[in-house]
Amino acid sequence: MKDDLAEKVLKGDIRAIARFISLAENNDPAAAQSMKKIHPHTGKAHVIGITGVMGSGKSTLICELTRLYRKMGKKVGIVAVDPTSPFSGGALLGDRIRMMELAMDKDVFIRSLGTRGMLGGLTSAVYDVVEIFDASGKDIIFVETVGVGQAEVDIVKIADTTLVVVVPGLGDSIQTLKAGVMEIADVYVVNKADRPGVEQTMAEVENLVDIACADKDRETPVLQTVAKEKRGIKELVDEINKHRKYLEKTKEFDKQRRMRYEAELVEIIKKRLMSFIFDESTFKEKIEKLLDQISRKEVDPYTAAEEILGKILK
Amino acid sequence: MFDKKELENIKKNHSDWEKNHYTPHKKKHPERCKKFENLSGVEIKQLFIPEDIKNHDYLKDQGFPGLYPFLRGVHPTMYRGRLWTYRQFSGFGSTEETNQRYKYLLEHGGTGLSVAFDYPTLYGYDTDDPHARGEFGKCGVAVPSLKDMEILFSGIPVDKVTTSMTINGPAAIVWGFYIANAENRGIDRRIIGGTIQNDILKEFIAQKSFIFPPEPSMRLIVDTFEFGCKEVPRWNTISISGYHIREAGSTAVQELAFTLGDGIEYVKWAMKRGLKIDDFAPRLSFFFNSHNDFFEEIAKYRAARRIWAKELKKLGAKKARSMLMRFHTQTAGCTLTSQQPEINIARVTLQALAAVLGGTQSLHTNSMDEALALPSEKAARIALRTQQIIAEESGVTNTIDPLGGSYYIEWLTDKMEEETYKYWDRVEKLGGVIPAIEKGFFQREIAQAAYKYQKEIDDKKRIVIGVNEYQMDEPIEIPILKMDEKGEERQINRLKKIRKDRNKQKFERNLTRLRKAAESDENLMPYILDCVHSYATLGETCQILRDVFGEYNEPAVY
Amino acid sequence: MTHKIRVLVAKPGLDGHDRGAKIVARALRDAGMEVVYTGLHQTADMIVEAAMQEDVDVIGLSLLSGAHMTLFVDVARLMKKKGLDDVLLVGGGIIPEGDVPKLKKEGIAGIFGPGTHCEEIVDFIRKNVKK
Repeated sequence: MKDDLAEKVLKGDIRAIARFISLAENNDPAAAQSMKKIHPHTGKAHVIGITGVMGSGKSTLICELTRLYRKMGKKVGIVAVDPTSPFSGGALLGDRIRMMELAMDKDVFIRSLGTRGMLGGLTSAVYDVVEIFDASGKDIIFVETVGVGQAEVDIVKIADTTLVVVVPGLGDSIQTLKAGVMEIADVYVVNKADRPGVEQTMAEVENLVDIACADKDRETPVLQTVAKEKRGIKELVDEINKHRKYLEKTKEFDKQRRMRYEAELVEIIKKRLMSFIFDESTFKEKIEKLLDQISRKEVDPYTAAEEILGKILK
Repeated sequence: MFDKKELENIKKNHSDWEKNHYTPHKKKHPERCKKFENLSGVEIKQLFIPEDIKNHDYLKDQGFPGLYPFLRGVHPTMYRGRLWTYRQFSGFGSTEETNQRYKYLLEHGGTGLSVAFDYPTLYGYDTDDPHARGEFGKCGVAVPSLKDMEILFSGIPVDKVTTSMTINGPAAIVWGFYIANAENRGIDRRIIGGTIQNDILKEFIAQKSFIFPPEPSMRLIVDTFEFGCKEVPRWNTISISGYHIREAGSTAVQELAFTLGDGIEYVKWAMKRGLKIDDFAPRLSFFFNSHNDFFEEIAKYRAARRIWAKELKKLGAKKARSMLMRFHTQTAGCTLTSQQPEINIARVTLQALAAVLGGTQSLHTNSMDEALALPSEKAARIALRTQQIIAEESGVTNTIDPLGGSYYIEWLTDKMEEETYKYWDRVEKLGGVIPAIEKGFFQREIAQAAYKYQKEIDDKKRIVIGVNEYQMDEPIEIPILKMDEKGEERQINRLKKIRKDRNKQKFERNLTRLRKAAESDENLMPYILDCVHSYATLGETCQILRDVFGEYNEPAVY
Repeated sequence: MTHKIRVLVAKPGLDGHDRGAKIVARALRDAGMEVVYTGLHQTADMIVEAAMQEDVDVIGLSLLSGAHMTLFVDVARLMKKKGLDDVLLVGGGIIPEGDVPKLKKEGIAGIFGPGTHCEEIVDFIRKNVKK
C-alpha cells in the first residue's frame, strides 16, 4: 500500500497526493515510510512563500500568479494555511474560496491546512506537503501563510523566494512587519496599489529596504500590483524568476535548500520527541505527577524537565 | 411636548413604584428572563413612561400623516382612504402554470401581482443554458424571452393591474420584456404601473444574485431611473430592499441601516449622473421584512420613514413626494418552520399585523408551507385571506398610526434611528457603501448576527415553537405543490422556435448595437428594448453585458 | 496521531442563500473539524475535485432552490465514479420529506432540513464518518 502511494504520487495521482498529505498531517507512521521513497525525487520545484497581514490580498495575488504560470505551461501547487482555533481545535479554511477561478484547472492543486496548534504561522506538515508537491511534478509551489505578521518569519526557511505583501492605508502593515519580518523578503509587493496612500507606503518600504540591504549584494525589489485587476503580475513573475536565477548563480539556492532541510529535520525531531513524551502512557503519568508537584511548589519546571529528558537520553 | 413639572412628578412617582412595588414583587416572583432583549439586542425595560420621550416635539418629531417627516404615515388618509395592496409573490414552473395562479389570486381578491422568477432567469440564463441544469421553474417561473412574458400575462389587464417583478441582475432586460409585451397589446408605456426590484447593492450584501461588478451594475440602474422618469412615469424603477438582508440573518437595526444606506447611495449615483432629485426620487420604493418582534418591526417602519424624509431633505429634495417613503412588506420567511406547518399561519398573522400597524403600502403574506416547498394553492389562498381579515375584520384600519404616542413605540422608534446613524458612521469610515461591500463589512455583520441567532436557538435561549419547544413527531398533512413535469421541455422547445423564427439580421444588429452602447456611456434601455422586440433571449442579451461588464466574484466572508 | 474530521461545505447550482451553509461551517469548526467552504455556484465537477484535493471525510451540500434532485444526485454519482466511497455525503436546505428516500438511495446519507439543531449535524458526522 505504501509503495503504491509513493509511486502514485510520483505519477501525479490527485487522490494519492491528497491522501499522502493527510497522512503527513495526522502524523501517521505510514507517511514517514512514503516520504523516504519520494525524497530523492524532490528539489526541482520553485517554492514561493507569500506572507502579509490579513486583507493584503495574498490569495488573489496567488490566483493571478498561478494563471500566468499556467499560461507558461507550469504545473502549480498551492498550500494555504489558516489558523486552527485554540479553543475548539477546528478551523475554517477560507483561502480556497478566494481562488475560485482556478477551480477547474487540473494542473493546479490547492490544499488547505490548519495550523493545528503550531505557532509561527506554519504547520509542520507544510514541509511534507512541499516535498509531496515537488515529487508529484509541480514546477511552482506557493505557500500562503496566516497573516498575523510577527510569526511570518518561519516562511523564509521553507521558501526559495519569499514575497512579503503590504497594502496602502492598512495602517500598521509596515509596523507589524518591522518585528523581524523586514529582512525575510526577497520581493516586496505593494498590492491594492490603486488605493490612496500608496506613495507613502512605497516610500516606507523602500526606506526599510535601503537599511536592510545596505551591505547586501542584492537589493530587494519593491513592486506595485493591483491583483484584482491583474496589474503588475507579469512584472512580479519576472522578478520571481530573476530571483531564482540569482539563487542558482550565487549558490544561494543550495544554502536555501539546506536551511529548509535543517528546519524540516528540526520539525520532525520535535514532532517525534513531543509525541513520544506526551503521548506515551508511561510518560503521561510521570508528567501528571510532576505537574502536581510543580503546582505545590515542591519542584520547579526546570528540574522536572531534566527528569523527563534524563529518562529519554539514557 | 410634556410639561416639565408634570414630567418630574411622574418620574418621582415612577421611582416610587419601582422601589416599593415592582422590585419587591420581582423578588418574590422573579421575571422570566434576567434581561429582556429584542432581536437587535436592545434591552427593553419593564415599563415606558413619558420620561422616555421627554424631549419629543410633537410637530417636529411626530407630525401628521402625509406631511414631513411622515413618521405617522405617507398619505393623509392612509387605510381609511385606500387599503394596502394585497400583493402575493408568486411564480413557479412554466409560464402557463403561473398565469393560472395569477388569475386565481386576482379572482380571490388579490389587488396586485408580484412575479417570482426561477434561478436561471434571476441570473440571466436561458432555460437550456448548462448553468440552468436542474433549476428550471424550481423557485419561480422561467421567463427567458418576450414570448414567455406574453404567456405569463395572457388574459391579465396590465393596464389596470400593477406588477412587481423580483429581478435584479438582469432587471433592465426583464423590464424590457414587460414594457414590450404591454406595447404589443396596444397599451401605452406611459400608463403601465409596477415595480422592478433592481436593487443590486443588497445582492452584493445578502441575496447574492448579482451578475456584473458594482460599477456597471449601478450604471445600469441609473439608466433605468432615467428611462423611467421620461418614458414610464408610473413605474417604480427600484425597490430598495431590506427583506433579503433580514432573511440572511441581520438584526432589525441592520436591516434598517443597510437598506436606507443603500437607498442614499442610489440617490447619490443618480444625482451624479445629473438627474434632478425631485424627478426620480418619487419613484424610489422600498421593501422591508416583517419579522417576529412585533413592536420592533413597527418602530422600524416608522423610523425608516422619518430617516428617509430627513436625508432626502438634506440632499436637496423639495417635493413632498420625493421625501415620503413608500414600501412593500413581506412577512419573514426565515421564521417559518417545517415542523407543524399550520402554526405558521399564526406567525404570519402577527407579522402581517405589524406591517399594517407600521403603515405598509403593499403586503405579501407567506404561506404555511414556506419551509417545505413553493406555495400550494390552498396555502396561498389562506395567506391572502389573512390580509383580508386584518383589513376588514380587525378594526385596526379605522384610524391612522394607532400606536403613535405609545411611550414604548416612540422610544423604540427613536432608538432605531439612533442606531442607524451609528452604523452609517462606521460605513463612512470604511469609505462608503461600495468600499464597505468590497471589504465584506455588511456581509460580516450579517453572518455574525445569523450565527448568534442560531446559537440562541440551539441553546434554547430563544424559543421556536415546534422546533426547540413543544415539538411533535407528526407527519405533515398539508398539500405540497406539484409542478407540471412537461414544463421544462415545452420551454426549451419554445426557445428553439424563437431562435429559428426571428429575423436573424435584426437580432444580430440589435445585439451589436447594444454592445457598442454598453461600451460607451449611453442609456442602455432603448437598446435593450430593441433587442427584446427582435426576440433576443434573456441569456443572449445578458451575455453581451457579461462580455462588456465582466462578472463579479464576491469577497469570502463567514 | 491526530486525525481531524475534514468537511467540504458546498453550494451547488445557482442558489445564493448561504446563511445556513455559513452557520453550519462555523458550527462544525466549533466542534473541532476543519472546514473548507467552497462558496457559491459550484458544479458537481468543482465539488468533487475540491473534495479530492482536500481529502475530506465529508461533503455537505446546501440547497434551497428546489434543484436538489438533480444537483445532489449529480454529486453523489460523480463521487461514485471517482471512487470517493469513503467520503460521507450529507445535505441540507429546503428538501421535501417525499424526496428524502430517493436521495438516500443515491447515497446522500443524511438530510438536514430547516430547524435542525447544529449539534445534530455534528453528531451525525461524528458517528458516520467512514475513514
